[in-house]
Amino acid sequence: MSARGPARRPFVRSMEGWWRKNPYFIEYMVHEGTALFVAAYALILLISITCLARGEAAWNQWLAVLTNPLCIFVHVLLLVGFLYHTWTWFNIMPRTLPPIIMNGARVTAATITRTGLAAALIASLIIFIIAASLAS
Amino acid sequence: MNTGNKVITIEVLRYRPEQDTAPVAQEYIVPFTDDMSVLQGLQYIKDELDGTLSFRWSCRMAICGSCGMMIDSVPKLACQTFLRDFYPNTVRVEALAHFPIERDLVIVMDDFMEKLDSIKPYIIPEKPRALSEGEYLQTPAERDLYEQFSSCINCLLCYAACPQYGLNSNFIGPGAMALLHRYNLDNRDSGKEQRMPLVHAEEGVFNCTAVGYCSEVCPKKVDPANAVNINKTESASDYFLRFVTPKGACK
Amino acid sequence: MKRSNAPIFWALFGAGGMLSALIGAVLVFITGIAAPSGTFLPREMLSYSNVLAFSQHWAGKGFLFIIIALFLWHSVHRIFHTLHDIGIHAGTGAKLICYGSALTGTLAAAYALLRIG
Ligand code: SF4
Ligand code: FES
Repeated sequence: MSARGPARRPFVRSMEGWWRKNPYFIEYMVHEGTALFVAAYALILLISITCLARGEAAWNQWLAVLTNPLCIFVHVLLLVGFLYHTWTWFNIMPRTLPPIIMNGARVTAATITRTGLAAALIASLIIFIIAASLAS
Repeated sequence: MNTGNKVITIEVLRYRPEQDTAPVAQEYIVPFTDDMSVLQGLQYIKDELDGTLSFRWSCRMAICGSCGMMIDSVPKLACQTFLRDFYPNTVRVEALAHFPIERDLVIVMDDFMEKLDSIKPYIIPEKPRALSEGEYLQTPAERDLYEQFSSCINCLLCYAACPQYGLNSNFIGPGAMALLHRYNLDNRDSGKEQRMPLVHAEEGVFNCTAVGYCSEVCPKKVDPANAVNINKTESASDYFLRFVTPKGACK
Repeated sequence: MKRSNAPIFWALFGAGGMLSALIGAVLVFITGIAAPSGTFLPREMLSYSNVLAFSQHWAGKGFLFIIIALFLWHSVHRIFHTLHDIGIHAGTGAKLICYGSALTGTLAAAYALLRIG
């Protein structure tokens, strides 16, 4: 046999638990995990409109659940998950965009992230103002 | 500066296929000075302590791309990483993750070589050009478009940083995509149409979940994650628009 | 080489991810904290007649539908990839469960919103 004969026995390492071995990967798994929070909130909204469609009695039953302190606490947890999603989403954004040239220089990653976060803040304020004006 | 009497422990994950069934850690005590790289530490081991240790290196100046290895579980160039940054702790070195170990710190990189070949990493001119027609002209602005992606030295640190490649080695991976993108962006090149099927394929860019660690570890600031993700957008718009835009409409 | 169909799911993932990154947190705050607790917004906001009026308006209906559908498609795509990441490569099975539940949720949302009238 040639030089690539039986003496060659490449060893393939296992990927088992790879994400626990590096802080960068742990953070990756945590921010991927925010998907569970997004899914949970989508389900809550889905249940809400389903109860609404069933009529006033069903809605009021559901409203009792929503106003329960435990449920509000669950929403506080959801809020934390969503905020982390926002933060990580705009942190990765510079890696996903083609170069943006402004005034002859490439817009930096930090500027892109800050613009994204600012956009989220402004959009959130607008939504909150709309909600408040609908409520009054 | 150089007292010469400091010693550091280097733990090497060894694998000798003729005697080991699985890799085993072996410790070496290495005298070192503050200007010594991890590569120099390994060279000391090979020259003075244990001639059986295998590892790759050539330039000693972060340009040939051969000395990539896991140093304390992080993909790094051994010639660019200094022992002083680990002292007084032990430095653990291991072959680059996600590749089969040929022997000790040497990986089998055939898979990457095939991938590199598959992206056609050379300029494909629109029509053959005679030498007498002179050189291709390119403005600095045209060069700037791809310059970052042309800095790749094929060190494979990004592959060792990419869990998606580790989980599924069919994935074309960050480094090869950065080079593919580099040629697609070159105004002298007309080979984009030949390269894009690979981007669109099941082996292509959509295996990437935007972990981003590849760009973090790249010693040449190539930002391969950027090349992969720009091509996701391109591939997706081609996917949805391919029926409405006539072939060859762009570029 | 087979062309990947991932762009469909990836586009939905991206749209939902962007939308939830922009306004997800404030929506959770409004519907789950501020209004139900009556602290920052009146509790009245969630009365049957108010919510019904909101959902009967075409804009409110469309908004709710887009939020629910895109949030679902975003999260199932991530969950599908995370399952792969932690070593569950169930392939078609996991794919069907993940994207199937997003599809079911989307249809259920459309049905409920249409029934509201
Ligand atoms: S992209 Fe960077 S990390 Fe990857 S092979 Fe090229 S130089 Fe190395
Ligand atoms: S020896 Fe050439 S890159 Fe390290």
